[in-house]
Amino acid sequence: MNPLRRTLLKSSAATGAMIAASAVGLLSVQNVLAAEWNKSAFEAKTAADAVNSLGAATAANSADLVIKAPDIAENGAVVPIDLISNIPNTESLSVLVDNNPLPLAGSFSFANGAVPMVGVRLKLAKSSTIKVVAKAGGKFYSASKEIKVTVGGCGG
Amino acid sequence: MADPMKIRAKVQGDVAEIRVLMGHPMETGQRKDALGEVVPPHFIQNITAKVNGKVVLEGQIGTAVSRNPVFTFKVKGAKAGDKVSVAWTDNKGEQRSDEATIE
Repeated sequence: MNPLRRTLLKSSAATGAMIAASAVGLLSVQNVLAAEWNKSAFEAKTAADAVNSLGAATAANSADLVIKAPDIAENGAVVPIDLISNIPNTESLSVLVDNNPLPLAGSFSFANGAVPMVGVRLKLAKSSTIKVVAKAGGKFYSASKEIKVTVGGCGG
Repeated sequence: MADPMKIRAKVQGDVAEIRVLMGHPMETGQRKDALGEVVPPHFIQNITAKVNGKVVLEGQIGTAVSRNPVFTFKVKGAKAGDKVSVAWTDNKGEQRSDEATIE
C-alpha cells in the first residue's frame, strides 16, 4: 500500500480537490480505487453479480483450488473455511457464499512471500455453496463446495 | 478503541504461520434487536498485514465474516524475530493496529 496515496485519499475527503482532479483525468481513477473497498462487489445481492464486479465472470473451474471446510456446519454463525490455491502466481483469492443476502465475504491479495492461502470464519445464513475465485497471472479460476448448515448464522 | 488483536506467529520449516484474532462485532445490518429495530451495520472492511514493514496480505471483507474475525495466513521466508503488524479499518472509520514478533 502506498502511504502517500493514503494521505492523499484522506485529505481528499476534506477538500474534495482530489475528486475534482481525478474527474478531469489528472489521476488514474482505476488505480485510486484499486486499494479501496470494492463497494459494488460487496453490495451485490447475487453471487453472479459479485463475481462480475470482481471482473471474474470468465473464471474457469480449477481442481488446484482447495476449499477446506466442514460438509455439515452445526453453527452457521461461525464456519471455519481454509482457502488454498495451488495455482502458480496466485495474486488473490475471493470467497463467496451463494445463499447469503450479500454473497461476497472477502477478497485477499498476497505479496512479498505470502503463501496463497487464507483461513477465515464465515457466517452462513443457510446451507449454501461456497465459491472461491482466484486470480493468477491475469486469469481467473474458481472452485466450489457445498456446506450444509443446521442452524443459520443470521438469527435475531 | 477496540480491543487489542491477538496475533500468534510461529515458524514451521521455511514458512511462518500467522493467526490473528480481531475483536469486532461484525454487525451485518440485517439483524434486528429485541425491539425489532434493525441493528446498523458495523463491520471491518479492510485488513492489512505486514512482515518487517512489507505488505504480505491485503484483504477486503464484507459482513459475511464472523464476529471476532480470525484470519490465518502463511508467509514464506519469514523468520523468528521478524515483526508482524496487522491493521484493520471498519465501515465507521474506526481502526486498530497491533504488532507481534514471530516465534
